[in-house]
Amino acid sequence: MTIPTTLRRVLPQLVALFVILALNTAIAPGFLDIAYANGRLYGSLIDILNRGAPVALLAIGMTLVIATKGIDLSVGAVMAICGAVAAALITNDHSLAVTLVATIGIGILCGLWNGALVAFLGIQPIIATLILMVAGRGIAQLVTEGVILTFNDPGLIFVGTGSVFGIPFPVILWIVIGIAASLLFRTTALGLLVEAIGINRRASMLAGIGTGALLMAVYAASGFCAAVAGIVAAADIRGADANNAGLWLELDAILAVVVGGNSLMGGRFSIAGSLIGAMIIQSVNTGILLAGFPPEFNLVIKAAIIVVILVVQSPASHTLFAFFRHRPRSEPAAASEPGKEAAQ
Amino acid sequence: MTRFKTLAGAVAIAALTAGSAFAADMTVGFSQIGSESGWRAAETTLTKQQAEKRGIDLKFADAQQKQENQIKAIRSFIAQGVDAILLAPVVATGWDQVLEEAKDAEIPVVLLDRQVDSSDDLYLTAVGSDLEHEGEVAGQWLVDNVGDKDCNVVELQGTTGSSPAIKRKAGFEKAIAGHDNVKIVRSQTGDFTRTKGKEVMESFLKAENGGKDICALYAHNDDMAVGAIQAIKEAGLKPGSDILVVSIDAVPDIFLAMAEGEANATVELTPDMAGPAFDALETYLKDGTQPEKFIQTESKLYTQSDDPKAVYEEKKNLGY
Repeated sequence: MTIPTTLRRVLPQLVALFVILALNTAIAPGFLDIAYANGRLYGSLIDILNRGAPVALLAIGMTLVIATKGIDLSVGAVMAICGAVAAALITNDHSLAVTLVATIGIGILCGLWNGALVAFLGIQPIIATLILMVAGRGIAQLVTEGVILTFNDPGLIFVGTGSVFGIPFPVILWIVIGIAASLLFRTTALGLLVEAIGINRRASMLAGIGTGALLMAVYAASGFCAAVAGIVAAADIRGADANNAGLWLELDAILAVVVGGNSLMGGRFSIAGSLIGAMIIQSVNTGILLAGFPPEFNLVIKAAIIVVILVVQSPASHTLFAFFRHRPRSEPAAASEPGKEAAQ
Repeated sequence: MTRFKTLAGAVAIAALTAGSAFAADMTVGFSQIGSESGWRAAETTLTKQQAEKRGIDLKFADAQQKQENQIKAIRSFIAQGVDAILLAPVVATGWDQVLEEAKDAEIPVVLLDRQVDSSDDLYLTAVGSDLEHEGEVAGQWLVDNVGDKDCNVVELQGTTGSSPAIKRKAGFEKAIAGHDNVKIVRSQTGDFTRTKGKEVMESFLKAENGGKDICALYAHNDDMAVGAIQAIKEAGLKPGSDILVVSIDAVPDIFLAMAEGEANATVELTPDMAGPAFDALETYLKDGTQPEKFIQTESKLYTQSDDPKAVYEEKKNLGY
């Protein structure tokens, strides 16, 4: 029953993604080629899925946090901490299992810290998570002692560069975690409760929702996603780079959520939308690299494309479209249009 | 007894520092860019070691790649009344105002490793390798090695707008000018990091016929080369033979790659910039001798024939 609605919900994002992929194909001949070599699929499309993995993972947690009318600025720094912890543990001869469990544990702990500040101390999310955003990179540098900690453990490297049935492992990770999160929040009442907090936290509490515990859980989920992204990023280059791992990725993750059609005001959310948003951003990045423009243009081109996407998605332009489409009875149709279809 | 010990200790310290008595109470502020690469970390370590050896009180500020943090750090050094400031500027532009503030406070500023666009009376001296010369050495190596063969080069640039990116590019282009068989077909920024180096190299490989059309990679630093080498391997090509790899900096990890035949050459940028800087500062503060405006360090070329394994062992404990 949800499939047509879900598809309709992410239709504008899918259209944007296909337009950008079409542009890339026009710019770079052979963009759509996919070959199978050295036991893995190989091609620009695979690169987009693979390089977009950290932002996609972050966007899953970020979607949930934003749905509660919060924001998590610390995810980039948590990535750096977790990458550093993973590298430090594996180079000190701990087993892969211990390394992964401890690293993910640290990520969740970071999330719980954010959640506690927001849920129990009532600090505004942007400030609460700013603390860890600033301090986190310092913590990561303390763990790596200021150097790039390199490692050669094949198991850990597999997380970043391995492949299963030819598909890069990071891609499998974000798709599986994305589907798992969607199922968890959409087949149970959890999603509805999270949205309720986002719309009116006080009313939700009065209605009997355990807002404190739920907020903690949502920030912990964001920490978990950041930990996985951190491990992927470190494993990809076989080293933990405390200064650059995840740098500015919190902004890309927020952008992915917004490009995915979610409102920063909280309430209704779509994880699928955010994941498509992450892929849109990565398609733009990869397209710019393939186009061969001088690097001075990179950020300007990226900004211009994002502006176009956001303008097309904005409530004002929805109203405008609706106005021209339903001219005779424009008012009610226009008012109900801006991305707020009826409940699932 | 306690008093005697204290006295003995004081005498011992005085004796130890007598050789550089004027330096004992010298305070120097050091605004470092960050530790975006292993080289940068080694420079930080060596600067701290040099300061400790000379009995200089070093105030260290890590700017995390941001110019505004560096400007803040310099202003705080001025407010603290340090004797001198070492600055490794993150970008070339936008320093006039804060350097003038230091000049008004009569605090000499020594630039480390990178240059600025400001007028040269705003700082005491700049210690650095000649960045353009480094690019030239790298380019010359490539020209000598490909002979008359056609060679398409892809270039991984440093952070857009930073002076090493601009000058290493210019130097390399100067060296290959007049050799029409060697040309740069793609050039993109890899921000001096492994992650971006790998990502950008992946796109180069896709754009140039799966890498078959690429003969050599020139990376503005070793870390990007290390990332790119992984991308080349994952594409099923052999770095070092299918695609020649030449980069700059000479950090330990590139010697490991060279020992395995995956990298071909690197040009050393010595991390010991603080040594010459402190020398110049000590002389200047003692008798006011103006040093040269630019103190150049050596740009040494290392190749696979220079026993990379041994160089790695030598370098790995430097704090890279």
